[in-house]
Amino acid sequence: MSEPLLEIWNLTASYGRAQVLFGLTFGLNAGEVLALIGRNGAGKTTTLKAIMGLVPATAQKATFKGRSLARLPTYKIARLGLGYVPEDRRIFTDLTVEENLEAGRKAAGPGRSPWTPERLFRLFPNLAEMRGRRGNQMSGGEQQMLTIARTLMGNPDAILLDEPSEGIAPVVVQMMAEAIRAMKAEGVAVLLSEQNWAFAAGISDRTIVIERGEMRFQGSIDELMTNESLRAETLGI
Amino acid sequence: MDLSFLAIQALNGLSSASSLFITACGLTLVFGVTRIVNFAHGSLYMIGAYTAATLVPRLLELSFGPATFWAGILASAIIVGLIGVLIEVLLLRRIYGAPELFQLLATFGVVLVVQDLTILIFGPEDILGPRAPGLRAPVEILGRRFPSYELVLIAAGPIVLALVWLLLRKTRFGVLVRAATQDREMIAALGVNQALLFTGTLFLGAFLAGLGGALQIPRVSANAGMDLSIIAEAFVVTVVGGMGSVPGAFLAALIIGELQAFGILIFPKSTLVVVFLLMAVVLAVRPYGFFGRPEVIGGTHAVGISSQKHSPFAPLTILAVVGTLASLPLIGDAYVLKVATEILIFALFAFSLQLLIGVSGVVSFGHAAFFGLGAYGAALAVKWFALPMEAALPAGLFLAAVGALIIGAFVVRLSGIYLAMMTLAAAQIIFAVAFQWVDVTGGDNGIVGVWPSAWASRQVSYYLFTLAVTAVTVLLLMRIINAPFGYSLRAARDSEARAEAIGLKIRQHRWLAFTISGAAAGLAGGIYAFSRGSVDPTLLGIPTSVDALTMLLIGGIQTVTGPLVGAGVLHVLRDQIMPLTSLWRLLLGLSIIAIVLIFPRGLVGTVRTWREEQA
Repeated sequence: MSEPLLEIWNLTASYGRAQVLFGLTFGLNAGEVLALIGRNGAGKTTTLKAIMGLVPATAQKATFKGRSLARLPTYKIARLGLGYVPEDRRIFTDLTVEENLEAGRKAAGPGRSPWTPERLFRLFPNLAEMRGRRGNQMSGGEQQMLTIARTLMGNPDAILLDEPSEGIAPVVVQMMAEAIRAMKAEGVAVLLSEQNWAFAAGISDRTIVIERGEMRFQGSIDELMTNESLRAETLGI
Repeated sequence: MDLSFLAIQALNGLSSASSLFITACGLTLVFGVTRIVNFAHGSLYMIGAYTAATLVPRLLELSFGPATFWAGILASAIIVGLIGVLIEVLLLRRIYGAPELFQLLATFGVVLVVQDLTILIFGPEDILGPRAPGLRAPVEILGRRFPSYELVLIAAGPIVLALVWLLLRKTRFGVLVRAATQDREMIAALGVNQALLFTGTLFLGAFLAGLGGALQIPRVSANAGMDLSIIAEAFVVTVVGGMGSVPGAFLAALIIGELQAFGILIFPKSTLVVVFLLMAVVLAVRPYGFFGRPEVIGGTHAVGISSQKHSPFAPLTILAVVGTLASLPLIGDAYVLKVATEILIFALFAFSLQLLIGVSGVVSFGHAAFFGLGAYGAALAVKWFALPMEAALPAGLFLAAVGALIIGAFVVRLSGIYLAMMTLAAAQIIFAVAFQWVDVTGGDNGIVGVWPSAWASRQVSYYLFTLAVTAVTVLLLMRIINAPFGYSLRAARDSEARAEAIGLKIRQHRWLAFTISGAAAGLAGGIYAFSRGSVDPTLLGIPTSVDALTMLLIGGIQTVTGPLVGAGVLHVLRDQIMPLTSLWRLLLGLSIIAIVLIFPRGLVGTVRTWREEQA
């Protein structure tokens, strides 16, 4: 197997004196969907933020496309081609849909067909109808679509997607699943954090289960589902 | 008073509104993106005026004409823009994450540095700039003559508004600036280099400040006092309009310009009061100004003292310190005692501020108001009622407490930067009253002949009296800090929502703390008045408030004893260094900046951290 796109060795992170991540090691391959599953407070969000350089963290090794992420400021990490969609969406509420997309725009790498607002509107038809609308007049689901579209405007090679199914209507959850499949079809790798294992199971190639900042399982979702004791212990199902 | 006169007055209002808007627009843009209230914005305005007043005449010698004049104005603004870039790269960039108090103090350090540098570079004299070629003849409006240059100024405001609006709405830079105004972290996660964005914003903001200043040269001569007078007005404009809102700044500037133009007809001496009263009223009704909004994310976080283990030696230490201080008259001469008296007074003043900032998280930028009220209260009691010191001091304390009670009622409704600006405004109102109500307060000259009673008139006895009052008050305040009331204040400082959720009435607690703190500052002010024998409006000025903040900063905001140590250090340094150099403000400014950057914990805090690490 070739080198993973994103490689993380022994990632640890702390908030003040409270350590929340205790040495996570994993890789994300090009074009795959990897689900990071765990309960509330397991450390999923922190893992994604740590990779983006948004929380202080240390790792033995952290590379993306072979480039070290250590001590890089967040914007440089993003410019390497790593997109980030936060769980609380954080669209710019004063900006219109089109302006939000403009804020996320970055040039595509060589040989890639860049994402444009028009392409994204085909992926999320709801957004096309509200191009001039401000973010503060959008529903949670619409905001979730916009935040993913905004990140795609940066033409990333991989996206860190934090709980895309949280707090939105079931019909929109279905659209999220579609969107993730569409990204995968475009060759974008996705590292997905989820509590909703059913949602994750439907779209991911591999899963990682974390519990209290430690990795408990890594493998296919089928393996996880057959391992009843692990499931009960870590996911409570 | 006929129609044509009113029309001219309205036009005058419009032209000052325009000038004010151009400057304030830069301030609000910079705040919107960086979340830093840049005290040095007024200094940039002043540099703009000095640069233009120096540069434009030289250019006009080369080639006389309107094009040269306006090119000179533009060049001056660009130079100021570049100075803004320098300030961003050297200073602001390092303090974006710092608590707002440190940001305000650091930029005030820049104000001090620029004051001395301006005099060094441009000389101590005011510089009158040239009039604009082609605009020297007045125009006739409704039968009255009106300077044609003012008409250009009136047009300049809307033009700047339109250009800034286009920049923000129609360019990628504008989209990113507005996005960064709301969520800096997210904009970084989208791959935008904030540093570049911030530097660009600082250039724009400083450019506008420089433009505002440069446009003034045909109207007023460039002078060394313009920085603080414009910054106070620009603060009011941005706060009333809503911090970060450009249209808000425009509306607020219009209202303030007209209010001043017509206010001067009704209350000839009260223009300052009118402006700050407007701010007080607007903030009382709309705590975030016309178009402002509650802050979502920012560098705002409270710093303050935390609980310490009770040391069994504490009472002994206190006894030893007070005992040592009480025996100072045995070795010190009259001069030493005079300095020591002043240090004790300022220690009490700084300590009263600690109750607000360190304990309550209420960042007051106008604490001089209460120091001055105490001083004036005592002095007025002596002058108008011939009261002795024993009655005049409580009168001063009472006046300060009432002042704090009234101002506090407005202030505790606010938070963060709006609160700091409101306290600043309140102090400026009181300053304006003391300055302009000459019949009662003596105006600029103040009140003289405020001497202590016979028993305290010797330097030694007044020193011991000051020591006793300061020691008792500080111990009382320490007791308050470590009482349940103090715990409530600290809880509210660290998390308002959680403190409220457990049933604390935050506003009432803060209001009480504000009043107690004001009363203690007033006591210090009263003692100060009797130690000097006089009072004057500088006691109420911004520099006095900043002195108290600097003492806190030097000593350490997270420590209980910090303000006491800070007062001593600042006073001794000033006493020793000021006679040696004319550049005291430059040194003080650089020291403030250095402390913010290198020792944000202050002296006491640094020593404590070092000892904890050793242990």
